[in-house]
Amino acid sequence: MTSFNSDNPASIVSVTDRVRKVELPQSATALHFLGDSAGFVGVENSISFANASGNVSTHEIHDGGILCTVSDGKRIVTGGDDGKLVTVDASGATETIASDAKRRWIDNVALHPDGAIAWSAGKTAFVRPTKGDEKSLDVVSTVGGLAFAPKGLRLAVAHYNGVTLWFPNMAAKPEVLEWKGSHLGVTFSDDNKFLVTTMHESALHGWRLADNRHMRMTGYPSRVRSMSWTADGKHLATSGADTVIVWPFTSKDGPMGKEPAMLAPLQAKVTVVACHPKNDILAAGYSNGMVLMVRMQDGAEILVRRNDDAPVSALAWNAKGSLLGFASENGDAGLLTL
Amino acid sequence: MSDVAASKIPVTVLTGYLGAGKTTLLNRILSENHGKKYAVIVNEFGEIGIDNDLIIGADEEVFEMNNGCVCCTVRGDLVRILDGLMKRKGKFDAIILETTGLADPAPVAQTFFVDEDVREKTSLDAVVTVADAKWLSARLKDAPEAKNQIAFADVIVLNKTDLVSKAELAEVEARIRGINPYAKLHRTERCQVALNDVLDRKAFDLDRILEIEPEFLGESDHHDHDHDHDHDHHDHGHDHAHGHGHSHGGLKHYHDEDMKSLSLKTEKPLDANKFMPWLQALVASDGQSILRSKGILSFKDDDDRYVFQGVHMMIEGDHQREWKADEPRVSRLVFIGRELPEQKIRDGFEKCIA
Ligand SMILES: [Zn+2]
Repeated sequence: MTSFNSDNPASIVSVTDRVRKVELPQSATALHFLGDSAGFVGVENSISFANASGNVSTHEIHDGGILCTVSDGKRIVTGGDDGKLVTVDASGATETIASDAKRRWIDNVALHPDGAIAWSAGKTAFVRPTKGDEKSLDVVSTVGGLAFAPKGLRLAVAHYNGVTLWFPNMAAKPEVLEWKGSHLGVTFSDDNKFLVTTMHESALHGWRLADNRHMRMTGYPSRVRSMSWTADGKHLATSGADTVIVWPFTSKDGPMGKEPAMLAPLQAKVTVVACHPKNDILAAGYSNGMVLMVRMQDGAEILVRRNDDAPVSALAWNAKGSLLGFASENGDAGLLTL
Repeated sequence: MSDVAASKIPVTVLTGYLGAGKTTLLNRILSENHGKKYAVIVNEFGEIGIDNDLIIGADEEVFEMNNGCVCCTVRGDLVRILDGLMKRKGKFDAIILETTGLADPAPVAQTFFVDEDVREKTSLDAVVTVADAKWLSARLKDAPEAKNQIAFADVIVLNKTDLVSKAELAEVEARIRGINPYAKLHRTERCQVALNDVLDRKAFDLDRILEIEPEFLGESDHHDHDHDHDHDHHDHGHDHAHGHGHSHGGLKHYHDEDMKSLSLKTEKPLDANKFMPWLQALVASDGQSILRSKGILSFKDDDDRYVFQGVHMMIEGDHQREWKADEPRVSRLVFIGRELPEQKIRDGFEKCIA
């Protein structure tokens, strides 16, 4: 791997000449690797898979726009404005696994490591376990985000004024973690000790699940749209500022009373972050089109894509950490082999 | 700003009390041969016959902002829907948002003030209120929502004028003007209005505040002169909740008792260092009663026109352009609101004169 340069940003190490351009039929909003095949989720209704040799095959997935996607590395699950939930494998074969009776938008989708799927339409969250019946739960407002806990079949449903924690296989009343405001994205820490949401305002909110103690993570100049846990699961990297903001979750208090690390400052907003699956490295995409790899330890940077004023819209690593892919709003996309 | 605004998708808000003719107007817009494609956001999804490829059902979820203030609200569902629609940019030219008859337009407008993603990709074009000529006067008495919708409007389509007499029409128009003298008003039967009178108005574009001046000026001048009449209600002894009318040269003139507009004007330059803090303090303390505000300002030692507009406590403003050589440097402000603290606003404004 190319060595990082930490001393002189002016002469930043560049690997831009090693990026393979991917020709997409439409610009991509998300990217998921299935093995070494990069699945670029198009702005409209298709997914384009780019293989190692650069061949692209495009598959129409929905009769409308794709609103949300998730992947476990074996399949991509998409929700569309056609009211359908569809799984796609690396060959492009699709299967419709749910259709909303009222053809409402499928706004959110989440996957459990054991294969269970959750999705939402309007105020209703649905869970389809690997065995047993589909279950649903209505919350107070339209669902903002969904996440499965790393252990057990437990779903976090983010909404207006809080998050509902639901065990779909238990009769117990779901627990509601309250915090005023509109909660959008939601994620559990790998150790199941913390829950963090992105809010409609420019802030994160968190709860320590042992005692539901609040954690406020504020100071962002704009809304946080992208969060990624580091390989060790102890740090949460986020977009929304002109540096990558990385919150420490190393102690039992999480980030409370601690300053976040601020890495890779630019005169542009971070739009998307993706932590390397194995090493202490993260990739960051910016509103000016730049993509950087950043070493967490000392903030050293490597340039992957130059700025061209089209915001970076998607960024992902394959599971082995040997491939980095990106896409930008102007339809450009690329793959870098490390 | 104009260059960027040009690439943004315009959003027209269609409001009006139940039965006024919103759906008729919507269908007219969609069926006319204009070569444009619209994405339509509607409520009561599925219950009304709208023929359009792209229809999205909305829930009208009004979310309070985190400042603890009841008037600072956004439409949470709109943030989500516009975000989803923007993924299909290129499939349509404009968005029409129909609200329920009971909806307050303010949270919709405020969404465009505060949500960065909404602002980046879309622009609020205008609030168009459809009103029923026969029933509006009654609704203004018993339905605060109807009054809000009139007060908030940039364009009022006064519909079903064929169902009322000339006198009744004059009466209802006077009541509308008593609340909102600044909106463009169109009399229609079956919502027969030219589409360019309701679409592409750019009513919330700071650069276009100048272009709404005819209405802005003409009637407000008239209004100003009339404002010194005696407001001593003890002598009148009528029911205040229903407004009162009086005649000026045969033209009936109403003042709605709780919803009214206030216009201020001065030919003396303002002190920017006094005016801006005053305006901010005013909307912070009285923003709940101020539905909308607009202004074109001339500051001392500043050759640029300054324009601003606001909804409740949210204000946005900018230097617009240089005053032209032959243009009188007059500062004008307009407030529309419920129980406006008129004297307080007038006194505060006076003190901002340089
Ligand atoms: Zn407020």
